[in-house]
Amino acid sequence: MTTVVCRCEDITEDDILEAIRDGYREIEVIKRHLRLGMGPCQGKTCIPIIERIVARETGCKTQELDIPTARPPSRQVSFSLLAGDDRD
Amino acid sequence: MTVTESARAVIIGGGVNGTGIAYHLAKRGYTDVVVLEKGYLGCGASGRNGGGIRQQFSTKENIILAMESTRMFEKLPDELDTEIEFEQGGYLVLAFTDEEVEQFKKNVKLQNDLGLKSSFISAEEAREIVPELNISKVLAGTFNSTDGTIYPFPVIYGYARAARGMGVDIREHTTVTDIVTQGRTIRAVKTDRGTIETDTVVNAAGGWSAGIARMAGVELPNRPYRHEIMVTEPFKRFLEPMVISFQHGIYFSQSRHGNVVGGIGNPHEEQGINQRSSLWFMRTMAKTLTELVPRFSAVNMIRQWAGLYDTTPDAQPILGEVPEVERFFQVNGFSGHGFMVSPVVDKVTAELILGETPSMNIDGLSVTRFKGMDLEMEYSVVG
Ligand SMILES: Cc1cc2nc3c(=O)[nH]c(=O)nc-3n(C[C@H](O)[C@H](O)[C@H](O)COP(=O)(O)OP(=O)(O)OC[C@H]3O[C@@H](n4cnc5c(N)ncnc54)[C@H](O)[C@@H]3O)c2cc1C
Repeated sequence: MTTVVCRCEDITEDDILEAIRDGYREIEVIKRHLRLGMGPCQGKTCIPIIERIVARETGCKTQELDIPTARPPSRQVSFSLLAGDDRD
Repeated sequence: MTVTESARAVIIGGGVNGTGIAYHLAKRGYTDVVVLEKGYLGCGASGRNGGGIRQQFSTKENIILAMESTRMFEKLPDELDTEIEFEQGGYLVLAFTDEEVEQFKKNVKLQNDLGLKSSFISAEEAREIVPELNISKVLAGTFNSTDGTIYPFPVIYGYARAARGMGVDIREHTTVTDIVTQGRTIRAVKTDRGTIETDTVVNAAGGWSAGIARMAGVELPNRPYRHEIMVTEPFKRFLEPMVISFQHGIYFSQSRHGNVVGGIGNPHEEQGINQRSSLWFMRTMAKTLTELVPRFSAVNMIRQWAGLYDTTPDAQPILGEVPEVERFFQVNGFSGHGFMVSPVVDKVTAELILGETPSMNIDGLSVTRFKGMDLEMEYSVVG
């Protein structure tokens, strides 16, 4: 049994360990390789967990890791709402 | 710490072009190569783009580059043993003005003459391809079924893995700070981590390439402009092709995972290195997208980001050597269509570095074309 790390994309701790073994050692890069933290929750739960796994596996402190830039919008928002200024 | 080492060639930039050129050189046995990337591989435009692969251009050079590149992308998964998610759902290009209609007819004629099976279609036919499309203002369109989209990231990492496997030295988090020349000869590349002696440098630094050229005393006409892009939540796939309108500066497609990825150019964007996200983009994207496809109204945007277009005066790339400095190869100025032409560009650049006659003539794309010449504009560009 293995822990699910990213629920949006169904990615497990084993997937992350394998990515690190394959040479994807930065969070930004692991994220793009596994498409993780890119689902509707935008990595709010999984990125902190991945930070800890990468820190443990690569021997870096979590503070030394490059953390992915948080991209807007901070929560998902519909196009009708965004377009809403001068239309319904 | 200063370490002095040497290499046969130094490639500046770890995007699709830097890694791709390294791969093509290594395949030919030229492995004493160092690739320098100031961030991680793909942190520039190559890891931020829409993955659109289009062959419907208005100039001969771009059409030929894109056609041959598409054929190479088709073979790339086998060659690199990696999945690149190349979906050939076609590109639907929409015309909204009479000038566009005339230009598109010319484009299709030229494309057909060069062997591309694109077609000029009516607004009704466009709606047959995308039934949810609002065609009230669409005058006509063009369609080519072998265009499509890819996921850029595995392409870059596929090249890097293969090149490293053959002995190429690819260094991330290493910033080039200077290029040392003596007369017309390159002597070395300086970085924040030491100096590498070499007589051959490739400038594949995307939006930063004019700055890199200046380090060698070469002035390029390319300038960086921010271009923004976004992705929606995934939902059931209903959009087969990439849809594009030069009039609105917009393009959008739906990936095999169901997310819609799209961007829109800001005509008032100021020149400069700026990769921040704007509210203008979010609103304009939402307005334009829901106008073209009303069904998108209920869909949620989940993320927006930005990257740099490296834009030349004629929206065509700058390739090959420069008059001022020997063995200083340019691979830049791709505006918003550098990924789709990279396979050929990288192969041909490798051939030039090896001193061979290139398999495709790219003389027309040398930087010298900007010296007092009439420019042949590429009209089919967004943003
Ligand atoms: C939002 C957006 C959407 C796009 N959509 C498409 C599309 O759908 N289809 C398409 O074909 N193209 C598209 N493009 C264009 C395409 O992404 C680029 O043309 C292409 O990726 C350029 O690749 P490159 O390797 O030449 O440059 P880049 O990927 O930009 O790589 C240059 C690298 O050089 C590095 N660098 C810079 N300065 C230094 C230094 N001093 N030392 C060391 N390294 C340095 C940078 O960090 C960067 O990683 C888009 C671009 C953007 C921004």
